[in-house]
Amino acid sequence: MRDFYGTTLPNGFMLGTAQYPSPAILADAFERSGASVATVSLRRESGHDKAGQDFWKLIQDLGVHILPNTAGCHSVKEAVTTAHMAREVFDTKWIKLEVIGEEDTLQPDVFGLVEAARILTEDGFQVFPYTTEDLVVADKLLSAGCQVLMPWGAPIGSGLGLNNLFGLRAMRAHFPEIPLVIDAGLGLPSQAAQAMELGFDAVLLNTAVANAGDPALMAQAFALAIKAGQEAALADPMEPRDMAAPSTPVIGKAFLE
Amino acid sequence: MISATIIGAGVAGLCVARELCDRGAKVKVIDRNLTQGPHACSWWAGGMLAPFCEGESAEEPVVRLGQEAADWWAAKTDAVNKRGSLVVSMSRDVSELTRFARRTDGHQQLSQARIKELEPDLGDRFAKALFFEAEAHLAPRKALATLQDRLKSDGVLFEEEDADPAEYAQNGLSIDCRGFAAKDDMPTMRGVKGEMLILSCTDVTLHRPVRLLHPRIPLYIVPRGDGIFMLGATQIEGAAGPHVTARSMLELLSSAYALNPAFGEAEILEIGVDSRPAFPNNLPRIQRKDQLIRVNGLFRHGFLLAPAMARMVGEMIFENKTPEVMDEAAA
Repeated sequence: MRDFYGTTLPNGFMLGTAQYPSPAILADAFERSGASVATVSLRRESGHDKAGQDFWKLIQDLGVHILPNTAGCHSVKEAVTTAHMAREVFDTKWIKLEVIGEEDTLQPDVFGLVEAARILTEDGFQVFPYTTEDLVVADKLLSAGCQVLMPWGAPIGSGLGLNNLFGLRAMRAHFPEIPLVIDAGLGLPSQAAQAMELGFDAVLLNTAVANAGDPALMAQAFALAIKAGQEAALADPMEPRDMAAPSTPVIGKAFLE
Repeated sequence: MISATIIGAGVAGLCVARELCDRGAKVKVIDRNLTQGPHACSWWAGGMLAPFCEGESAEEPVVRLGQEAADWWAAKTDAVNKRGSLVVSMSRDVSELTRFARRTDGHQQLSQARIKELEPDLGDRFAKALFFEAEAHLAPRKALATLQDRLKSDGVLFEEEDADPAEYAQNGLSIDCRGFAAKDDMPTMRGVKGEMLILSCTDVTLHRPVRLLHPRIPLYIVPRGDGIFMLGATQIEGAAGPHVTARSMLELLSSAYALNPAFGEAEILEIGVDSRPAFPNNLPRIQRKDQLIRVNGLFRHGFLLAPAMARMVGEMIFENKTPEVMDEAAA
């Protein structure tokens, strides 16, 4: 397992905390998932009020690493302000950086992302940037000081899985030493397994679990799939081939009519 | 004769008062502000009595207990409209409608022709809808005012005071129905921020509540009659600023505009914001310690669940029956 800014995680499951039917179901889903990281989004209006603190306390009580995010930020300034607030509320240097560029696809604004990543890194943050599979952007994020990359699988909340297998494979091959996390777009455990089989270090998801009829059961299903995919990658899978290759020798076998 | 002091004159307190009064108890209701108004969470209620729709995200007790609500309110206030409720989605979000249908009971699929019959102002815009025929809605402010007036004429005393329920429990039965104001006495309770708007729009007529499904911004709109509509409601964890944010307002209004562009001409009469009291499982609870009973955590289901909560309080006091939502850990 690669480490994330010096922290080695017990598994590759990062789970979001939004949209659950209730905090009790959220806690149940985390318990069944064994997820090692909880992402939590802050809105800039929150964090200064007694009532606002209760939900953060619930998240802190989950007992996992907390990765606050800047979800819903559309500008560098918004994202930077939110990151500062998150550091104060959760007492962590980690920040999942989202700078949204397009409303329909919630696609990252990669230019703003690189700029915000540079500002935050210089300010001592450890940035987890939500990006595309674009290699040039990835390179610029690394130059800006990021030590983790989080490419999307598909648009946030779409549940479409890994849309650009070629691009994601290229990314993995291009940055063999950088921890890579598939962030967004996963709908099914099989898609999470596929990401891990490609050699990604972790997956981050929220909607697929929170919007399932039984979130806790779905969380467990994802945990199993992530483990399966991770072990498959470690086991060095066979290469696919075009022709059949019999698994038992045929020569010398008696053929009966 | 049993006598009880109820602290809190919101939807929970008034329903409990009604129930105990009907069972012959001598009841007094105390609130720090007896005028119904924007200081109370109930003031901003949507007034949907929609237990089946709520089943999409709420747990089983909400669906079951909520089915008591429409008849209870009809009997006690005459403020109820039993015309069902309608659920629609924009065509690009049709998977939301499929999911909603799969997760709920008590609905039928409507064709466009049927939608046009039920709601002529929506029929051209939506090809599919779910109709929950057994659901109802009410005008919450009118319902509470009626409840309070009738209680007064039945001899229930109302007093204005910032009272501590624990103090009243020293000398008799005390029932804490203060909602989020009881936060310091119920540490696991949290506030879930809700924002809503009241619009006036004479260009649109709706006969029943309509929910517009959306993956990020679900909206409901409840007709209050006379061209008045309630538009709600956001549900934001970890935030309870005293004001509506620009983003929430934009989202609510653009959803209304999507439902029918004529809402673009609506006038905004009121802007509401409040904290819904909720426990971690978002289900209501009753606690009892000797003479002190606390009823709280009705979350977004105040009008829907208060009648069942009131019934349980009545059964507990008069029949010694343990409520199914009893919080034993707090005893």
